[in-house]
Amino acid sequence: MSYTLEGSTGTWEIVVGLEVHAQVTSQSKLFSGAATAFGAEPNSQVSFVDAGFPGMLPVINRECVAQAVRTGLGLNAQVNLWSRFDRKNYFYADLPQGYQISQFAHPIIGTGEIEVTLSDGTTKTIGITRLHLEQDAGKSLHDQHATKSYIDLNRSGVALMEIVSEPDMRSPEEAGAYLTKLRQIVQYLGTCDGNMDEGSMRADVNVSVRKAGEGFRTRCEVKNVNSIRFVMQAVEAEAKRQIEVWESGGEVHQETRLFDTARGITRSMRSKEDAHDYRYFPDPDLPPLVIEQAWVDELKAALPELPDARRARYTAMGLTPYDAHVLTLEKETAAYFEVVAKARDAKLAANWVTGDLFAAINRTKTSIAEPPVPAEHLGELLDLLADKTLSGTLAKAVFEAMIETGKAPGVIVEERGMRQVMDTGAIDAMVAEVLGKNADKVAQYKGGAEKLFGFFVGQVMKAMQGKGNPALVNEALKKALG
Amino acid sequence: MHPTDFTLRGAIDALNEGIISSVELTQAHLDAIGKLNPRLNAYITVTGEQALAQAKASDKRRAEGGAGPLEGVPLAIKDLFCTAGTRTTAGSKILGNFVPPYESTVSGNLLRDGAVFLGKANLDEFAMGSSNGTSAFGPVENPWSRRNDPDTRLVPGGSSGGSAAAVAARLALGATATDTGGSIRQPAAFCGIAGIKPTYGRCSRFGVVAFASSLDQAGPVARTVEDCAILLKSMSGFDPKDSTSADVPVPDFAAACARGVKGLRIGIPKEYRLDGMPAEISALWQQGMDWLRAQGAELVDISLPHTKHALPTYYVVAPAEASSNLARYDGVRYGLRQTAADSDLRDLYERTRAAGFGDEVKRRIMIGTYVLSAGYYDAYYLKAQKVRALIRRDFDEAWTKCDAILTPATPSAAFGMDEKQDDPVAMYLNDVFTVTANLAGLPGLAVPAGLSAEGLPLGLQVLGRAFDEETVFAVGTALEHAANFTALPGLRASA
Repeated sequence: MSYTLEGSTGTWEIVVGLEVHAQVTSQSKLFSGAATAFGAEPNSQVSFVDAGFPGMLPVINRECVAQAVRTGLGLNAQVNLWSRFDRKNYFYADLPQGYQISQFAHPIIGTGEIEVTLSDGTTKTIGITRLHLEQDAGKSLHDQHATKSYIDLNRSGVALMEIVSEPDMRSPEEAGAYLTKLRQIVQYLGTCDGNMDEGSMRADVNVSVRKAGEGFRTRCEVKNVNSIRFVMQAVEAEAKRQIEVWESGGEVHQETRLFDTARGITRSMRSKEDAHDYRYFPDPDLPPLVIEQAWVDELKAALPELPDARRARYTAMGLTPYDAHVLTLEKETAAYFEVVAKARDAKLAANWVTGDLFAAINRTKTSIAEPPVPAEHLGELLDLLADKTLSGTLAKAVFEAMIETGKAPGVIVEERGMRQVMDTGAIDAMVAEVLGKNADKVAQYKGGAEKLFGFFVGQVMKAMQGKGNPALVNEALKKALG
Repeated sequence: MHPTDFTLRGAIDALNEGIISSVELTQAHLDAIGKLNPRLNAYITVTGEQALAQAKASDKRRAEGGAGPLEGVPLAIKDLFCTAGTRTTAGSKILGNFVPPYESTVSGNLLRDGAVFLGKANLDEFAMGSSNGTSAFGPVENPWSRRNDPDTRLVPGGSSGGSAAAVAARLALGATATDTGGSIRQPAAFCGIAGIKPTYGRCSRFGVVAFASSLDQAGPVARTVEDCAILLKSMSGFDPKDSTSADVPVPDFAAACARGVKGLRIGIPKEYRLDGMPAEISALWQQGMDWLRAQGAELVDISLPHTKHALPTYYVVAPAEASSNLARYDGVRYGLRQTAADSDLRDLYERTRAAGFGDEVKRRIMIGTYVLSAGYYDAYYLKAQKVRALIRRDFDEAWTKCDAILTPATPSAAFGMDEKQDDPVAMYLNDVFTVTANLAGLPGLAVPAGLSAEGLPLGLQVLGRAFDEETVFAVGTALEHAANFTALPGLRASA
């Protein structure tokens, strides 16, 4: 059941390809030693190279190359041992050299593919066309002065990976799933933090529409979309716009557009006729980038476990495919789960993480990176359940106390005396007391009103402040009621 | 003997022997600059106070036993090398009063070895030119003049015209220069001094204002081949800040000068016999061959078949790279900025670049932009790259038959300051013998070898294998000895 849109002339299919810019996680920039921290004072992380001073020369940062190779390996892609940097020439105030150093003709990573999981549980393979390294530009600030623009060069020269997909996606959901998966892979690899709010990852979305069985029609590129949700919205909005154009007898022209997130529509930015002639040519300051297969093999051997492999391992541990999917979506979630599940019941751990913990995160507006309860504490809570110190009900109460106080469950149990009562003598005594106080109900029960059993359980538990072991209370009541 | 008449080697010896101090030597040069620079215009900036302070510090180091290889030697620095704290202009208005906060690797290496900097030498704007006529700071005059026409002022060649004129007129013992298509060798030949463009990658380009990155190479000019060898050793060396710098050992070039040429095979490329080449240039070339043969070298005829395509290839590649390299001069971060009251960004660019660049630079930016444009890239830039590969291959083939190549350095002697200025193509022809070495990345040395009928210096050129400057220096020294070039320019400090 494929995704389609209905127009006045019939059914339309949509075609989507993504170009994702992912900022490489590294201490320093692609061609200079300047630092790359986000949120620093404007123009505080700029070397003379980044500012395009006379006589300054680029020198490739080995770690950025390693990160690109790791990402390529994570995308099951071909690693090109010979690649080359080209200059993309254009003038802009925040482009100090007057050109961007990029890899136009010979990217470091060639074709690859990734598998995405859709909401109906099916999977789909999306092709990767290429990944190349390039410099980011600086930032123009137009809102700081009435008549002037300010330039911040902190980002100038920061390493980006441009990851280009094949036009393999056919729905907003697939586009979202692809970007989600891509983000997941780079986060697992540690090659990009995937933080779309800070601009570490942004997407150019290529959209076209067609009737069933047709070849590709003209596409438009929606630039710089900065969240997964907006990508999905932009795909739908742009597809609907194009259908309207075609159906009203017009023609879609190749152009660059922007997504207006407030109004949920795309707007024209520039047409193909206005497109720059970038005058690409090989950067004469940089020899071709040649890497050794042995180095690639080394990087491959040291790669962390990737989401697909981790998901498979979790299902093998007895988790449902859904839980395995949810727990591996974010690297931090999986890391949290691993601590909780270590040497414990994996299914129980998964239930607590996806259930109580996720609910608590939502409620307290925290995140898995800064969780309301540390993973070690939640693990300890599971131990207290396993050794019957706590009942399920008590555990939930202790969990709430953990969120409130930040204390370890063992400490809370001791301080508040929340230990479950296993002493059958104490339970028998409490049962006798409750039954004694409710002689009328005991008579009714014995007369056939068996549903009153629950009432007795409740009364005993209440009298024991919830600490009685439920199984033992049940057993004692059954015995006493004969 | 006037202190400015020392060779660089002679000055080092005199300093070592205590015959003269660096302060005295430096002061003598500053006096000479004061006397002659107003006419020659060889220096854009003279850093007299700084030079004397450096000289004083140098004498102190020497007294304390810490003398470097160039201790106390006063030099001129082409104003294309960034010098920390000293204005660097590249011969252009667009850099305004740009004072670099950093030192180029090459000038830094010279300072490390004890050199004293007298100032920044004039040059063609962004090193684009063969006459020093494109400098925004006015033309440089050649200290030589024609025997029968002493009033016609002559060009020193370019782009390192200020460096060559300063050294010839005894306003420096040596100078740094750069060579993209002949900018060291042609002015050296025009001014009757020696100059070497080393192998591409021998000297770091870090801190040198870029013209055409794949062709630019720094090198020295000085009055003897050995002086060039001494300077080159200090200037050279691998630099991790330049990705195209070569990580190879730096030999003792000066020691190689005395090797002699016995048993060396000297290639004579038939394609360098140009139609219409002046007879005195042909005669000088023949003289050079005879000198080398007499000293035991073997002459071999070689062919470099793609030579005739070298100049057009150069005038595609160099402007292409320049058009991109010069994009950074936009008035946004440093240097000249021209705006009107209502200027937007585009207007700022247009006004700044219109006012900041001279005609020749604009011409080359336009040529370069054109040859890289969509639809023309394959026909020009890509084609030029292919021809460049063929030119390299010509040389690879030649090196199987010979150890060095001998050619004239220039197709003529120095010309008048009013000549060729309106004919860019005639001007470009100056580089006909020199551009091939840049396209192939090979070392090339110009040696003064004789005088024209007008009494002007003429040079010979020695080309060598990549990173074999030693053989080039040996051949150059042999030519120098045989030529016994003792003629002096009319304008010089000691005259």
